[in-house]
Parts: sequence; C-alpha cells; structure tokens
Amino acid sequence: MVAGVGSLENPARQDYEQRLIQRVLDGEHEAFYELIRPYERRVYAAAFALLRNEADADDCAQEAVLKAFKNIRQFRAEAKFSTWLIQIAVNEARMRRRKERADLLEPIEKEDETGSYTPRDFADWREIPSEVLERKEVREKLAEALNSIGQIYREVFMLRDMEQLSIEETANALGITAASVKTRLLRARLMLRDLLAPGLNGAWSTKLSFAKGTKPW
Amino acid sequence: MVVRCEDVWREVSNYLDGEVDSGLRAAIEEHVRGCKRCTAVVDGTRNVVQIYGDERMVEVPLGFSRRLHQRLEENMPRTRRSFFGWMVAAAAAILLAGGFEVARSSVPRRPGLRSAHARSSSHVPPDMMVVAAETGKIFHVAGCPFILDKSNLRTIPARQAEKEGYTPCVRCMKKYLDADAIAQSQYGTLDELADSKGTDRPLQI
Repeated sequence: MVAGVGSLENPARQDYEQRLIQRVLDGEHEAFYELIRPYERRVYAAAFALLRNEADADDCAQEAVLKAFKNIRQFRAEAKFSTWLIQIAVNEARMRRRKERADLLEPIEKEDETGSYTPRDFADWREIPSEVLERKEVREKLAEALNSIGQIYREVFMLRDMEQLSIEETANALGITAASVKTRLLRARLMLRDLLAPGLNGAWSTKLSFAKGTKPW
Repeated sequence: MVVRCEDVWREVSNYLDGEVDSGLRAAIEEHVRGCKRCTAVVDGTRNVVQIYGDERMVEVPLGFSRRLHQRLEENMPRTRRSFFGWMVAAAAAILLAGGFEVARSSVPRRPGLRSAHARSSSHVPPDMMVVAAETGKIFHVAGCPFILDKSNLRTIPARQAEKEGYTPCVRCMKKYLDADAIAQSQYGTLDELADSKGTDRPLQI
C-alpha cells in the first residue's frame, strides 16, 4: 500500500517506534502523533477495503487509532507496531460490519481448502500502464472488483497485498492458519485477475463483465 | 520436474511470493515459456498484486489526518506527565523550597523596619557609631541638624541601629546611601525634609 514500506519497518524504525511508545507511556502523548504518522493512510485503507464506504472507513480508522492510543500499554514489542495497529483496524471494521449486519448481505463463502481454482479468463495482460491508476474510473473499477469478492478473501488480500503484511502476520491478524492465508490469497488473486484482465487489456471502456453483475465463480 | 497447467495455477501465488523451492520455480518457468494460457495467468496475477499494492489505489479523503488528530486531541488526557512524572516534579519542588528555607535560615535576619516606607541601606559602615532616638525611626551622625527628637538619644553602632530597624538619615548619611534609595524617598528633596517639622518622619525608602 505504501511505497517503501520496507524502509519504514526496518530495525532502526522499530527501535525508534519503541522509544516513541515509551515516551507516550511516560506521559508525552504528543509522541503518539509521530508514532502513527507513517501508518495513517494504511489504517484508512484497511478500513475502506473492509467497509467499502468512505465515511464509515474514516470513522472506523479514527476509532482504531484512538483504541491503539488507549491500549498502548498492551502492545508487545515482539510484534511490529504497524501490524498491531492494522489488526485493531481490522477488528474495528469487522465489529462494525457485524453491528450493521452487513455480513448477512454477502453470500457465505465456502472455503475450498484444496486451493484449487481454475482461471476463467486467459486474456493476455502483460503490462500495466503506469498512468492507469491516475484515472479515477480505473480506481473505481478496481475497488468494485475488490468489493465483489467474498469477505474472507478480501480480508486476506487486503492485509497481504495492500498492507504488505507477511503470511504469518496476516494469519495472526485474522486468527487463521498460515495455510488458510495462502489458500485464500491464491483465490483472491486469481478471482481479481479474472475480473480485471479483460478490462485492463483495453476493454474497460466498453466491457466489464463484473460490472454487469456476472461473477464467474 | 514437469508441471502441468493446473500445477501452475495452484502454485502461482506462492511462486510470486517466492515461497516455492528452486526446483519447482524452474519447472514453472519452463512450463510458462511454452504455455500461452499460463503466461496470461502468471502475468495477470502479478499485475493484480502490483496494481493493488500501489498507494494510489486508495484515495484518502481530504482532511482525514486533521480529523484524526483532532479526535485524538479531544480524547488525550490533559496532563502531560504520568503520575510518576508528577511525583518526581513535586518532590523536586519540595526539595527546592526546602533548600531556600535552609539558605534563608543561615543568614541573620533583621527585624522589620520601623517605617513601612523605609528601605535599609547596607552601605553605612557597621561599626560606625550613630545616634538614634528611642521613639524615632532614623539614625544619624551625632550633631546632625535633622535630629528632631533629641530627648532620648542613644549612641550605638550602625550595625545595631539597622538591626533594631532604624534607617539612616538621608542628610547626614547621604554619602552612604544609594542614589536610587534617595530618589524613592518619601521626601525627594531636603527642602521637603525641612518642611516636615516636628516629626521624625522616615526619610529613607
């Protein structure tokens, strides 16, 4: 999600964050702003990917960061602060979805533990024009595609490919096994490829199969 | 190792994440080179990972950061220090106050000046013998024309006179007094002093 995430999460960054956390614990609350600054966008993106609504995601992200501040004493240094923060955002978004009973509106995804998935579309999609994401309608189509896959796949895909969490971190954040993360991730990626390949291959302006409500799975 | 299309589709995610061993990796790459469908699947899946991992994918609403900080600020405790921090600060303040008190107690105290308007002068030689009336507030050099009450004069060292709360006469002790002290005197000039007949009023500040 964030360019240069690796550089933000190197050991030096983690040491720096640990010192910031200690300052917050010592009562210097302003240090918390510096602590969360690199992750504000990621917290919002996580909330948006799960809630699919800008206003809800905005409020959810704020609530998640506030909970992180109030529960900073519970943070354990063996985890990365960013992972802990994203996990809080995911839990907050899940809780909101349950409260709004949004999960009931989505078809229940029966997980295929074998991980087998047969691609439906074999359109050639070799290049992504670098400027494609500059177009708002492209971003909207990408969001639409992401929203059309099941919640269990969207959560894993969001944490792994958008938030750049590791397999283990994703598993811990969602309370599932690493094997399940890999299985769901494979299906999420292939489903999105099936949805997007025809469009990104030049047909988006006239033909979008998922926009017509026809899902190949 | 030979792999089929189904093997590639099953492992494409692990392959892109670098989670397959070198043998399987080489086999997948060998297969993909000769399979148009698997090339499309691998390339397309790689593109999905790349395009959703771009930070431009999600547009953060305008003012999000400001709203976030405002909400945090509203919910942060007002105190800047932890309880421990405040205890340390309080202990330091007590020690500091105690130190001042000890320092003050080690310096001989002078009684209050006999005049609320007066200020003492520390420039009069302490061993100099001066005269002061029992009921007055000023001490003088003997023979000073401004000694108004001459009935109960005592001759004492200036040190003792100051200790008893007397203040030096601005006339006869002028050379020992601060210019500032004279300027702030209730009687700014000797003429004014002369007009204050009959009372040994404080001439010093």
